[in-house]
Amino acid sequence: MNDSDAVAQAGFRPVSAEPKAPGRSWRLSGDFLFHKAAVFAAFLAAAALFATVIAITIDSLMSIHTFGIWGFLKSSQWNPVTQTFGAFPFIVGTLVSSAIALVLAVPVSFGVAVFIAEIAPSWIKKPIAGAIELLAGIPSIVYGMWGLLVFAPVFANMEPWISNTFGEIPGIGVLFQGPPMGIGMLTAGIILAVMILPYISSIMRDVFLIVPSSLRESAYAMGCTTWEVAWHITLPYTRSAVIGGIFLGLGRALGETMAVTFVIGNSNMISSSLLMPGATIPSVLANEFTEATTKLYVSSLIYLGLVLIAITLVVRFLAVLLIRRLGRGEGAST
Amino acid sequence: MKVLGAKNRKAAGRRSDISLRENSRSGFRGWLPGAGLVLALICTVGAYGQTTITGAGSTWVYPLVAKWSAAYQAKTGIQVNYQSIGSGGGIAQIKAGTVAFGASDMPLTPDALSAAGLIQFPTAVAGEDLVYNIPGIGAEKLVLSGPVVADIYLGNIKKWNDPAIARLNPGLNLPDMYITVVHRSDGSGTTFTFCDYLSKVSPEWKEKVGENTSVAWPTGVGGKGNEGVASYVERIRGSIGYVEYAYILENHLADARMINRDGRIVAPSLTGFQDASAHVDWTRAQDFYVILPYQPGPDTWPIAGCTWQILRKNAPRASNQAVMKFFDWGFEHGQQMATSIAFGPLPPSTVNAIKAYWKSELGYGM
Repeated sequence: MNDSDAVAQAGFRPVSAEPKAPGRSWRLSGDFLFHKAAVFAAFLAAAALFATVIAITIDSLMSIHTFGIWGFLKSSQWNPVTQTFGAFPFIVGTLVSSAIALVLAVPVSFGVAVFIAEIAPSWIKKPIAGAIELLAGIPSIVYGMWGLLVFAPVFANMEPWISNTFGEIPGIGVLFQGPPMGIGMLTAGIILAVMILPYISSIMRDVFLIVPSSLRESAYAMGCTTWEVAWHITLPYTRSAVIGGIFLGLGRALGETMAVTFVIGNSNMISSSLLMPGATIPSVLANEFTEATTKLYVSSLIYLGLVLIAITLVVRFLAVLLIRRLGRGEGAST
Repeated sequence: MKVLGAKNRKAAGRRSDISLRENSRSGFRGWLPGAGLVLALICTVGAYGQTTITGAGSTWVYPLVAKWSAAYQAKTGIQVNYQSIGSGGGIAQIKAGTVAFGASDMPLTPDALSAAGLIQFPTAVAGEDLVYNIPGIGAEKLVLSGPVVADIYLGNIKKWNDPAIARLNPGLNLPDMYITVVHRSDGSGTTFTFCDYLSKVSPEWKEKVGENTSVAWPTGVGGKGNEGVASYVERIRGSIGYVEYAYILENHLADARMINRDGRIVAPSLTGFQDASAHVDWTRAQDFYVILPYQPGPDTWPIAGCTWQILRKNAPRASNQAVMKFFDWGFEHGQQMATSIAFGPLPPSTVNAIKAYWKSELGYGM
């Protein structure tokens, strides 16, 4: 049998099957079931989210009544002895450590993705992509222990150099002051960057690879360099997907618990220096949940969780807004 | 196409041969462990029905309960299933009645106990000490006093060559180095005992910080667990932290000697912890509501702590009796095991007081 026969037969078969009533009805009921199953799965996921939010809100009501919303958000007091709780240092810590992670991980991910999509010879693409995706499979506690036992001591030796070099620069110098401890906000940001790198880079790589080769090749034909192709052709074409990937990474960084707990230094004070210890919402939850002995204490910890959900929602909202705005910009320019 | 098909068939044939052989072999091997599993299941279900005691709470006492329960099971066949979920969790679980006993590093006040219909009794005594990382100063060379430690943890004493530290250590060459304070980041009975000690020796600490399983630290960095604190102290030059004595022994950390309530310089030791409990009149304290740090006595170690087991008064009599029997066995036969992991057994007078307490509170003995 040759190929054209096979195609003809394959093309013919559904037509001949069409009038047969039993076959059709079977297919319909299968499709019907699949349709219902898909709807059920979607609603189940949404219902789980809503149920979680409602349960968390109910459990944090006591703390909401005691401290209010604005009072809880802006208070820097977190004192289990006097039972006064405020979230401000942890909100700052969560946002700052995630911001550091993004600043470090996005350029590296871009480099990785461009390398795989544009530069790498085909024999090396797979190993590198595989190695980076393996990073995503390492449990976060391993990152935490590695950060504490291996990275932090090495980083402590680098910190005097960092504070001598960057500490002198007016303006940002204040970010790099303090004793070299190897743990702190910056260490947490670096570990987070390694953790979110695979997510961002694999999304970037996947979307870079679907850029039509006619676009890229015509740019190369006009004499563009690799950088120009990546920056002016590939990136604008895939912009919204790339932003989506970055926010996926950010979402992971915001919620990361164990790795951060080990290396951030766990201090409830806000420090201007990135080399000083801090704390994030997940790290406080991981630290204090087990021994929270009073109802108000537990309620305040759950309230912190609610705040984290709200932060994630706001971040997601901003991502959607940003993608829409960029989309509109694209429409206007063409 | 034809050749390929033949190859495929051949390969498929080979594959099915192998899988057939594998199947028959695994089928033969399979039923034996299967039957074993069923047997084991029947046995465990049978055992579970009658002879399992469940408990939950303090992580501090976990090594001791684990050791006792293994030996107790070997002796009596009764299994003690203890989950070290933390004191807060332990109290919540016993209040909800999901476990037979709860364990807490912080005693409940007699009022809180009677309000919830609970009783509590101590288990064993343990201690903790400060560890430091000062270049050129080895283990047990440094001497500290309670008020000095409080000032270090308040951030009032900032450098190792501060006159207050130098006065306690006349022969030592203390460096001109900043002190990095390390504390526990997770809620812990170790923190409660430490802060309770500081509250007793320093009015400023009591007023500004106080005591709890976690507190608002005025300064320093937080490590998760004993191992977190120990590894921070190991890595940060000029740092000081507090960890459990068992952990110091295991890891050979540089620990400090302390000046106790009688004004004598002591090194941490099991007998020092036991002296702390010996100077407490457990029989007179209501519901054993006694906090151990800073007890008098010439050889008493100042930072000793204890773990309390909590029972429900209206729990089934058989359940409470099983728990009481287990701990009574531990008090009597588990002393060697306790000292081997740096827990100090309770003195006989205390054990007798506990037995009397069970009888008077529950209305029945073991």
